[in-house]
Amino acid sequence: MLKYESIREIADAAAEKGLRIGELVLHDQAEAMEQPEEELLGRMRENFAVMRQAVESGQNRDLRSMSGLTGGEAYLMKQYAARSEGGLCGSFLAGAVVRALAVAGTNAAMGRIVAAPTAGSCGILPGCLVSLYEDRGVDERTILLSMFTAGAFGMVIAAKAGISGAQGGCQAECGSAAGMAAAALTEVMGGTPGQCADACAIAVACQLGLVCDPVAGLVEIPCIKRNVSGLMIAFSSADLALAGVAPKIPADECIDAMREVGGAMPVSLKETAGGGLAATPTGQKLREQVFGE
Amino acid sequence: MNVFDIIGPIMIGPSSSHTAGAVRLGRVANKLMDGQTPARLDITLSGSFARTGRGHGTDRALLAGIMGYHSYSEEIRDALAIASGRGIDYRFIRRDIPDTHPNTARVEYVLPNGERGSVQGASIGGGNIRVDLVNDMKVDFNGDSHTLLVMHLDRPGVIASVTNLMRWEYSELNICNFHLSRERKGGNAIMTIEVDSRPPDSLIADIRRLENVTNALLIRRL
Repeated sequence: MLKYESIREIADAAAEKGLRIGELVLHDQAEAMEQPEEELLGRMRENFAVMRQAVESGQNRDLRSMSGLTGGEAYLMKQYAARSEGGLCGSFLAGAVVRALAVAGTNAAMGRIVAAPTAGSCGILPGCLVSLYEDRGVDERTILLSMFTAGAFGMVIAAKAGISGAQGGCQAECGSAAGMAAAALTEVMGGTPGQCADACAIAVACQLGLVCDPVAGLVEIPCIKRNVSGLMIAFSSADLALAGVAPKIPADECIDAMREVGGAMPVSLKETAGGGLAATPTGQKLREQVFGE
Repeated sequence: MNVFDIIGPIMIGPSSSHTAGAVRLGRVANKLMDGQTPARLDITLSGSFARTGRGHGTDRALLAGIMGYHSYSEEIRDALAIASGRGIDYRFIRRDIPDTHPNTARVEYVLPNGERGSVQGASIGGGNIRVDLVNDMKVDFNGDSHTLLVMHLDRPGVIASVTNLMRWEYSELNICNFHLSRERKGGNAIMTIEVDSRPPDSLIADIRRLENVTNALLIRRL
């Protein structure tokens, strides 16, 4: 059985057995949870279905968050992408950005989402995987298996560094989500287990130090847009890994660094709304707008 | 931990601690009321629940949980209207309860037959909860294990009758934590019993039939 204490352990075990990481983790989790593999795949299919529903419902023009501070971002981005042939990013990436905005916006509007790994970072994985499924014609089973890869890497990050903003800042939420998504993307595109680990390392390294500074303490500003930047880093990290541009620091050491950086971060920058964007004059004004003086 | 703790749970946003955890706290009250619709609710929001709860829908989430909805129920968004529709007279009080976790809520209920009860607990992150007080008696469990709450009268032999029942009729159950609390000698008391595996539903009915037991409920692991 896998211990989920290091990325290296998982990638090496998969490579040794000639399996995709997702296949290995599915076998292992079925054994650990004493349930048939088909049942676990079914649960993951349900998660994927909820992700796709959130992608749909989040594109509504009238979507608004509970506080009224945000809403309609996915709709605006979709309109822009349609009239500009995908804008600067191109239609595929622009579509993925729309999906990440839709899911993060659904979360802020009290809609149904899948925490991946957290509610605040719930748009990154669906933004990546629903795009491959809907726009690149990847079959569902391959997607579902890659979600086991993402989940396994997330378990390692949770054990080694933590995945809550209160513990480690946004690097622990959107950074972890991007690392997980980069590994899943790499696997879907035919990368080796080692390349999945590389993609995770690059994505985590690119978000080290990112603080959690939500305006008014709400999962909206800047969380919704950070789902987009996390998604972009996931795509670029996967492409770098697939191209053979290896990270110089291995994934496990990047995750150790995340823990150390999270520990060194002041409490004001760890989900307490005491610093960063939350403490700016405009951030304060927005807080008063929602909660009063 | 398993892979579905990371890719999951399916939940209503926006916050696992301020929304999903609040639903779960509300559900403890729902179980205490045995699923009945209360006539009246006084819900105290303390700390961060009081300050940022409105933007996170904490009030709706608590109310939804009290009405028996789950952290994935879309009804959470409309919980205020649903509660009014059911004739529940609810009020929210924003007041800091001293010496408590920053995300603490207290629910006091009155049932249509006049019976009263209360739950106080905290949402401690990631949708996990810790229950501190039931009917103002100290309990302490966090929902990491399956937890039985047994309300009973403080009489000799009640603990033995509960644990003997578990030993002889449900021999696969292993108790991993036990806590007893009482109002006063001979008065109301509560056992908090955490077990390693999920008990069958029949256990609760069997415990409720024991002498001097006034109520029993099961709070399943997250």
